[in-house]
Amino acid sequence: MPQEQPSSGTQSATPRLKLSGITKIYPSVVANDNIDLTVMPGEIHAVLGENGAGKSTLMKMIYGVVKPDAGEMMWQGQKVTIANPAHARELGIGMVFQHFSLFETLTVVDNVALSLPGKQDLRALSERIRQVSDKYGLPVDPRRIVHSLSVGERQRVEIIRCLLQTPKLLIMDEPTSVLTPQAVRKLFETLRQLASEGCSILYISHKLDEIQELCDTATVLRGGKVSGHCVPSKESPKSMARLMIGKDLPVCEHTQAKEGGEVLLKLAGLSHASDDPFGIDLQDLHLEVHSGEIVGIAGVSGNGQQELLYAVSGEECLSERFPVQICGTQAGRMSPGRRRRLGLCFVSEERLGRGAVPSMSLAENVKFGAGKRRRLVRSSLSDFKAARAFAAECIERYSVKAGGVFAQARSLSGGNLQKFIVGREIMQDPKMLVVAQPTWGVDVGAAAFIRQSIIDLRNRGCAVLVISEELDELFEMCDRIAVIAKGRLSPTKRAAETNVEEIGVWMSGIWPGVDATMDQARVQA
Amino acid sequence: MFKLEARPQASLAMRYASPAIAVVLMLIAGVVVFSALGRNPIEGFQVFFLNPMRDLNAVTELLLKATPLMLIAVGLAVGFRANVWNIGAEGQFLMGAVAATAVALAFQSSESALVLPTMVVAGAIGGALWAALPALLKTRFNANEILTSLMLVYIAQLAVSWLVFGPWRDPAGFNFPQTEMFSDAALLPMLIEGTRLNYAFILALGVLAAGYVFMERSYTGFKMRVAGESEAAARYAGYSAVTTIWIGLLAGGAAAGLAGMAEVAGPVGQLTDKISSGYGFAAIIVAFVGRLNPIGIFFASLLMALLYIGGEQAQQYLSLPASISKVFQGMLLFFLLGSDVFIQYRLRRSARQ
Repeated sequence: MPQEQPSSGTQSATPRLKLSGITKIYPSVVANDNIDLTVMPGEIHAVLGENGAGKSTLMKMIYGVVKPDAGEMMWQGQKVTIANPAHARELGIGMVFQHFSLFETLTVVDNVALSLPGKQDLRALSERIRQVSDKYGLPVDPRRIVHSLSVGERQRVEIIRCLLQTPKLLIMDEPTSVLTPQAVRKLFETLRQLASEGCSILYISHKLDEIQELCDTATVLRGGKVSGHCVPSKESPKSMARLMIGKDLPVCEHTQAKEGGEVLLKLAGLSHASDDPFGIDLQDLHLEVHSGEIVGIAGVSGNGQQELLYAVSGEECLSERFPVQICGTQAGRMSPGRRRRLGLCFVSEERLGRGAVPSMSLAENVKFGAGKRRRLVRSSLSDFKAARAFAAECIERYSVKAGGVFAQARSLSGGNLQKFIVGREIMQDPKMLVVAQPTWGVDVGAAAFIRQSIIDLRNRGCAVLVISEELDELFEMCDRIAVIAKGRLSPTKRAAETNVEEIGVWMSGIWPGVDATMDQARVQA
Repeated sequence: MFKLEARPQASLAMRYASPAIAVVLMLIAGVVVFSALGRNPIEGFQVFFLNPMRDLNAVTELLLKATPLMLIAVGLAVGFRANVWNIGAEGQFLMGAVAATAVALAFQSSESALVLPTMVVAGAIGGALWAALPALLKTRFNANEILTSLMLVYIAQLAVSWLVFGPWRDPAGFNFPQTEMFSDAALLPMLIEGTRLNYAFILALGVLAAGYVFMERSYTGFKMRVAGESEAAARYAGYSAVTTIWIGLLAGGAAAGLAGMAEVAGPVGQLTDKISSGYGFAAIIVAFVGRLNPIGIFFASLLMALLYIGGEQAQQYLSLPASISKVFQGMLLFFLLGSDVFIQYRLRRSARQ
């Protein structure tokens, strides 16, 4: 551990890191424009900004992944040019990426070994991984292959990998999106402990409450430029939001749900064993979603959400018909295409490669999925004009920023592509909409817009099932909330009658009436 | 210093310019090859690339050579677009030829107008059946179709050898490994009298048109493209992976089988053990040079036919080895793959530190 004295807020020590005039220009965009940033030893420094504000690019430059086009970087008073991430790690910089940088075909311990210098004794390393993961409440089995891990678990591996290197500066890029509220608190304790030991932390987030709770100082970025510095504890969420997005935070209009709608999605004892040896088996799930209401499913990622989504969408066929009932039809053995014809639309977790084909144009991307429902196909030939019109309408109504209907899906930013996919599914007038992670990695403005679109759809009588790892989002949108943990589904509770605390406890697998024989030690929370 | 940088959007211009650039680079490299072999490059160029186009007769030979290539390539393109890697068109070509020959030999004495259509159907079925084996193995046992389709080529070659050395050998053929010559009813009629160009060329154009409609306009073709681009997306949309594999392989097999039929019922007029000159493999290059697009495949197959005939001419007039054709084919594919990099990437001067 570094030996500098802990932060006191007024020390005159050399900054751990000082950036001046850092600029990075990409072919189509200026990602960072003349950025200054100073981090003192033991300081927890927030970098606040919307998606696309340039936070990730800045961090990648500090970590040596990307080279700045201009500007200067001082590390503990010395001018440095960081050649690559290995060099950064040598200096004592660790980074937990938002998009994970793990080799999927290797095990957890292999991945960790690769980031450490020299040849590692894997058995001893596994033991160290276990110790660190116990200490910081980040359970993960070192022997597992990374591709079988959920998003949340992968992030744990990233965090553990950094902590093993006892860094002097730890960069955390949006680390809490996949943790339970309790786990977030635990992580914050860990981070505070690290800071008190002298480690500086750069904490990237767009979540204002977290930054207020955790960080000593904040630098706010907007459109690639520094739009302000502040001390979060002295600001209100409103004033920080204004710095971040230049206007007030948009709020969703959420009216009371209509009671007694018809049941459009029913899970009647859905059980399904996962083919993947590391997958989660769904165990006896019961749920009813009525027309005109939004039901949310909370949970830490990797607790059966993916398996549940596959079973509902039809991407994974069941052996029996009754467990999944869509609009009154037993649909357990139907293909996704047939379920769509019953009136089910579906927004998947992954946008590129599942919800959209990266190399195809938007006009082509509306065809798959919406092809049959919106008559973009006539007598088995494609109707290009109809598809173009549909795509153009979707782009306009959902204010998607794209270079027209012929732009490739991969050329869109994450938020815009998500708006496009949500728009495509909603414009098909579904009776039942299933949405996974509606706003993952989407900027604040777009997120509010997407939530509002879904609420509007509900008001028109659609039944909506939302699966999300962001509790705030679920509380903002949903009428009823249930929790999935270790492949089991809790009863639902009205959103108005519960709170983040209670749902947080449920997320660790404990809810009233839960099977007493359930092995709580194995819950993946 | 230069570096390759990913383009924000794939370059459409480069996508279509790439084959042209590859051809030009191949020609330049050809000049070097001719010089290195001690031949006058101008003369080499003349013999190799201009001779095959010198008059009507030469052009019809070119079209005749291009016919099997465009047939096979368009069938393969259906599969390649969907990431179904049928490498065994050579075997499917041979099996199409065998099936057509079986019909021809069975009706050797018939003068019915139905013999030829029956041979066309038999050829397509023969090729498709041979492609059905990898499809079955892939869908039932998840066996890699690249390996199985390729291995079946060698089985097909040996089967043809066995037939022409054994049961089907022409008794009056001086022990040459070949069948009897087909009767007139089993031979494709000529398109232009006095040349060898026959109606198979029209058939090939028809298959190209059908391929175009299927791949570019039909919903099934679209579904297969989605499956080729992203398996998860196809699953999300509810498109069947099994159907995609079957259509992809059967289309390639049937088209290759047709090409085999066109060869035995066309210029050759019998089944021999040298019936294919590697058309099934050359067609893979044709499919990619033609951008997996039927219009592109039309031109690419003409180019490939030119390389075949040019190679023969170079053998004849410049006494260069027969493998010169293969060298040019290889260079073409090599330069194409090289140029294709620039569809997704561009060359940039990296900023000086």
